[in-house]
Amino acid sequence: MGVTRRQRALLVQGALYAVLAAAVVALALVADWPVIKENFWNSGGISWADGNWGDLITIGIVNTVKYTAIAFAGGLALGLVLALMRLSPVAPYRWLATAYIEFFRGLPALVVMIFMSTGLPIAFGWTPPGGTVGAGLIGLVMVAGAYMAETLRAGIQAVPKGQTEAARSLGMRPGATTVKVVLPQAFRIVIPPLTNEFVLLIKDTALLFLLGAAASERELTSVAKDFLTSGPSAGTATSLIQAALLYLAITLPLTQLVAWLERRQRKAVR
Amino acid sequence: MTASAIEVRGLHKHYGHHEVLKGIDFHVGAGQVVCVIGPSGSGKSTLLRCVNRLEEPSAGEILIEGVDICDRRTDLDEVRSRIGMVFQQFNLFPHLSVLRNLTLAQRSVRRRSREEAVEVARRNLAKVGLSEKESAYPAHLSGGQQQRVAIARALSMNPDMMLFDEPTSALDPELVGDVLAVMKELAQEGMTMMVVTHEMGFAREVGDKLVFMDDGVVVEEGRPAEVLSNPRHERTQSFLSKVL
Repeated sequence: MGVTRRQRALLVQGALYAVLAAAVVALALVADWPVIKENFWNSGGISWADGNWGDLITIGIVNTVKYTAIAFAGGLALGLVLALMRLSPVAPYRWLATAYIEFFRGLPALVVMIFMSTGLPIAFGWTPPGGTVGAGLIGLVMVAGAYMAETLRAGIQAVPKGQTEAARSLGMRPGATTVKVVLPQAFRIVIPPLTNEFVLLIKDTALLFLLGAAASERELTSVAKDFLTSGPSAGTATSLIQAALLYLAITLPLTQLVAWLERRQRKAVR
Repeated sequence: MTASAIEVRGLHKHYGHHEVLKGIDFHVGAGQVVCVIGPSGSGKSTLLRCVNRLEEPSAGEILIEGVDICDRRTDLDEVRSRIGMVFQQFNLFPHLSVLRNLTLAQRSVRRRSREEAVEVARRNLAKVGLSEKESAYPAHLSGGQQQRVAIARALSMNPDMMLFDEPTSALDPELVGDVLAVMKELAQEGMTMMVVTHEMGFAREVGDKLVFMDDGVVVEEGRPAEVLSNPRHERTQSFLSKVL
């Protein structure tokens, strides 16, 4: 027959579009849109005046950002210490750091968080500072530190050896060389992966919900969960959809930022 | 005979079973310019890097102005601060401006005030002809400019001697001349210099002594003009016939 390869490709493509269009039309006709809207985007819940937004933003998002910042700063400090220990000339430091990192990277963050908030009080009658949320954050820091240690170690090792040699040949001590020459360059290298780590932490703070918190200490997921059974949109999933949008409002720009930073770094000339 | 700036005795260096330096005796007098040549893999860069212990010697003695730098009681960092080093790959600090590249070690090692460090830095930048580049970052300089900044960085520590590890090997040919001119000027001012190089013209013109190394040993040494024109050893002859 006279069907060329090009014509056949066009036919296949047209068929694929036709299937898609049929599916969309069927969905639009079959779905009960008013019911879907009332259950997922309830008019009471999304009202600006007396809906869910107030608590979701002033309590939920504010606490989520606060907890993420604390966990990130703590994890970064711990990770830096662990990374330097891993690269230490003193072998026991290396063993300790390696053991710590492998141990905490191999556990679910939630296990560590429950251990800190519930396990420790049961076992020793001792509660970490900051109540349940504080204990959970310490657990999050312990796990985040292990991940960031590996990121920072990779960054430090990516700084060319000649940089250390140049500093040492000028008579700079090992400590000054690390602080003034190696780390500033290492941090620049790890900004994209650390930003990724920040995004992961934003999402991990949702685990705090499982530990429970006072009303004013709730992070975004906890606030949204409470609105499932109370408030103007109780009995619908509206508050979860709202929380999802709020999470995305933070995480999407950050992941875009990472992509941009990585593109820029690839182009940068040494 | 001038006082010894660098004195190397019976130096051995091996990596595992691979022996790179097989018993080197080597001497640089104060104020001398000694050029080290030889095929790649001959151990000349390793020798130079042993002199400030960037490479750890396996055996032997290295005396800097009479002080054994392998002695545990020697403050190695203090000795290094008096030995300027210039690398093949420049190794400027890319996160710092040219001026900060020159002041960092002055401040951190010499404990100079900011004003004094900046003044010394500017003087040395002027010396290498790059005064107008003080606020530039290394990535924005040509290779030749980067190497001249690296020389100025080493000079800012007021070193007693300078080590050059193939300083022009990573440069485009048209940029080599500027760097060699700076080095020549330094030599004329009386700086003690040890230069690992492939620049035979520089060795002949500026060097007080030429050392030819091959396969981990010093094969021949002498006045540059003599070694280059009338090499006594067959290995020297064969190397020179390939590069000249």
